Amino acid sequence: MYKIVAKEKLCPVVDFMKIEAPAVAKKAKAGQFVVVRVDEVGERIPLTLADWDDKEGTVTLVAMQVGTTTYKLAKLNTGDQILDLIGPLGLSSEIDNFGTVVCVGGGVGVAPVYPIARALKQAGNKVITIMGARSKDLLFWEDRLRSVSHELIVTTDDGSYARKGVVTEPLKEILEKNKQISRVIAIGPAIMMKFCSLTTKPFGVTTLVSLNSIMVDGTGMCGCCRASVEGSTKFVCVDGPEFDGHQVDWDLVFNRQRIYCDEERQSLELWKTHQCQHS
Amino acid sequence: MEEKAKPKLDLNRVAMPRQDPKARARNFNEVALGYTHDMALQEANRCIQCPKRPCADGCPVNVDIPEFIKAIRDNDMAESVRIMKGKNALPGICGRVCPQETQCEEVCTLSKKGAPIAIGRLERYVADWEREHSAELATSPNLLPSTGKKVAVIGSGPAGLTCAADLVKFGHKVTIFEALHVAGGVLMYGIPEFRLPKAIVQGEVDYVKSLGVEVRLDSVMGKLATVDELLESNYDAVFLGTGAGLPMFLDIPGENFNGVYSANEFLTRVNLMKAYLFPEYDTPIKIGKKVAVVGGGNVAMDSARCALRLGADEVYIIYRRSRVEMPARHEEVENAEEEGIIFKLLTNPKRFIGNDQGWVTAMECYGMELGEPDASGRRRPIIKEGSEFTIEVDVAVVALGTTPNPLIPSTTKGLETRKNGTVMANEETGKTVKDRVWAGGDVVTGAATVISAMGAGKRAAASIDAHLKSTKS
Repeated sequence: MYKIVAKEKLCPVVDFMKIEAPAVAKKAKAGQFVVVRVDEVGERIPLTLADWDDKEGTVTLVAMQVGTTTYKLAKLNTGDQILDLIGPLGLSSEIDNFGTVVCVGGGVGVAPVYPIARALKQAGNKVITIMGARSKDLLFWEDRLRSVSHELIVTTDDGSYARKGVVTEPLKEILEKNKQISRVIAIGPAIMMKFCSLTTKPFGVTTLVSLNSIMVDGTGMCGCCRASVEGSTKFVCVDGPEFDGHQVDWDLVFNRQRIYCDEERQSLELWKTHQCQHS
Repeated sequence: MEEKAKPKLDLNRVAMPRQDPKARARNFNEVALGYTHDMALQEANRCIQCPKRPCADGCPVNVDIPEFIKAIRDNDMAESVRIMKGKNALPGICGRVCPQETQCEEVCTLSKKGAPIAIGRLERYVADWEREHSAELATSPNLLPSTGKKVAVIGSGPAGLTCAADLVKFGHKVTIFEALHVAGGVLMYGIPEFRLPKAIVQGEVDYVKSLGVEVRLDSVMGKLATVDELLESNYDAVFLGTGAGLPMFLDIPGENFNGVYSANEFLTRVNLMKAYLFPEYDTPIKIGKKVAVVGGGNVAMDSARCALRLGADEVYIIYRRSRVEMPARHEEVENAEEEGIIFKLLTNPKRFIGNDQGWVTAMECYGMELGEPDASGRRRPIIKEGSEFTIEVDVAVVALGTTPNPLIPSTTKGLETRKNGTVMANEETGKTVKDRVWAGGDVVTGAATVISAMGAGKRAAASIDAHLKSTKS
C-alpha cells in the first residue's frame, strides 16, 4: 500500500498527489513513469512522474480525470492509500548541456515537463518553456515552470488568460527568431505532440515527445504499448517513453489510443453509477 | 508345488472427471474436476510399488512418488502430504500443469502396458486434500537453524518460489522481489483460471510465505535496484528466476493494427487483470467474433480457449506445421478440440489486413507443406507457391513464444547471455559466471515447463546453500 501524504486539486479535473514510495523516489529520474493500480479491481495505468523527493521518500503524480482509474484517484484524500505503485519505469530523459532548449507542456503534460525542464536548467541549458491549456481554469503550475525556465510563455486556446492560441504558434516564432535552438521537448496530448513535431521539422531541430500509450505491466511484457518509430516497432514502456517526434507514426499512436474507447466509457459509467448509489 | 500367484495388473486408468465441453467452453471454471476419494484409492491401488521407482527419477524435483501413493493406499493422507511437500512445495500447481506424460508417467513400469499410473491426478488429489484439511493438519515443516545468510530471489514464478522454499528450509533468510502486483509469475499472468485456479496458486504462495520467505511485490529489479546493489547491500547471494516474459511477434505487415495482441498481453489481461470479469474489474479486453491464434504451443491453446470463453463465435488455431509437430500437451490440444476450437494446420500468416480505423479485419495466410527436418528435428514448413488465402478475423493473438526480459541482464555487470537473451548458467547448479549470482528456469532455458523451472530452482538452492555454508559470515 502506498499512502497519499498530500493531495490538491490543481484545477477542476486535474489532481496533484504526493505519495509515499521511498524506494521509487530514490531511483526516479526525469522522464520516467510509474504504473499505479488503485484498488483490487483496478486497472494498471502509467503516469509520468511530475516530481519526487528522495529525502521525503515521496513521488508526485498529476492526473487528469479521464477514465475510471483517474476518477478513483481524484476521490482519494490525504491519508488514503493506493494499492500498487510500480516504478520508476522507462528510460529517463537525456539530460546534457545542449545549449538552448524549448520545453513545451500542453494540458496535463505541463506536470511531467516540470522535472525535465528543471534537470535541463541544472545541466546549464537556457530553458524556454511554453505551456498551454484550453482555457484559464485548466492552467496550473505556472509558477513552478517559471522557476525552472529562463523564459516562460503561456497560451490558452480561448484567450481567457495570457496569449490566445495554441503552443505551436510561439514555438514556431521562437524557432524562426532563434537559430540556436538545440532541441525541443514536447509533452501533452498526442495531437499537440504531433503538431509540435510538424512545426519543428522544417527547422531540423531534434524534437522529443513522451508517448502516453495504453500499458498493462509497463516492463516490456505485454507489447500493448507498441509504437512505430522510424519504421520499426518499439515498446513505449521499455524503449521509451520518449521518442524522436519526427520519426513517430502518429496515425498508429492515435489508433492505438482508441482501442478501448467503448469499454472505457462503459467502465466509467458503471463506476459513476456505483458512486451515486453509495452517496 | 504351488506357484506363487502373480498379482493381476489393473490396466484401467481411472479417468479424470471433467466439465462437459459445451458448458466449459463458456465459463472460466476449472475444466478438470479432480478425483474423488474412491477414485484416488482405486488409482493408487493400481500402483505395483515396483522397487526400481522409475517415476521418482522421471520427476525433475524427484518427488517420492511410490511412497506418497502408498500413503494414499494406507489411507494416511497426512503422511502423503508430508512426503509430497518434502520435495515439492507446489503440488497443487504441478498436479495440474506438469506434462506428466513425458516425465514420471512416461517411465512408469505400467507405461509399457499402456496404462501408467495417473501420478499427476493423484498428486493433485493429495494437494487438494491438504488444502481442504489445512486446519486439522497444522504441519510444521522442518526448518534448519538460522544461518544468518540472506538471499535475494528475483521473480516469484515456479523457479523463484521453489528456490526460496528450499533456501529458507536450509536456514537462510530469503526475500523474493516480484515486479507485478501479485506473486506467482506465469502461474498468475499466463496460465488461465480454467487450467490452474488462481486461488490454488495463491494457496501455494502462502505456504512458501508461511515458511518464512518474505515477498516484496511491485518491485521491478533492474529499475528499483540492480543485482549489484543487492549484492553490495546485505544479500549474500542472488537467484534470478525472472522467466521469459518478452513476447515475440511475427514481424509481418499489419501486426500493429488494433485487435492484434501478443499472447502475453491477451492472457495477462484475462488472467492477471481478470478482464473476463469486465466491467466488474476495470481492465478491458476486446471480445472478438472471429479470433485467430497463431502458434501451436500450450500458450496458443490457452489463448484460444480464453477467447472462446470470452464469447467468440469462432476461434482458430493457425499453425504452420502439422498436428504431430505441435508443441502443446496432447491433453490440451484434445481439450481445445472438444471445446470447438478450429485447427487450421499447415497455415502461416502472411500479413494482417485492417480497415481505415486501424482495426484488424482479416489475415492473409500461406498454405504450407513439410520439407526435410530442421535443427529442431521437426520437418521444416515450406510455403506452397500461390497458396494464399484470407481468413476474416476481428481479434488475432500471436503466440509464438517468449524470450527473457533484458531488464536484469542489461543492468547487471558480468552476466553472460546468449543471442536469444537467455542467461548462461551451469546446468547442474544454476551458477552464472558472475560471483554470487545463480539463475534458473525460463530465463536460462527460454520458455519451457513449470516443473523444469522448479527443478532448476531446487538445484540452484542446493548450490547456493553449499556456497553459503562454505563461506564464513
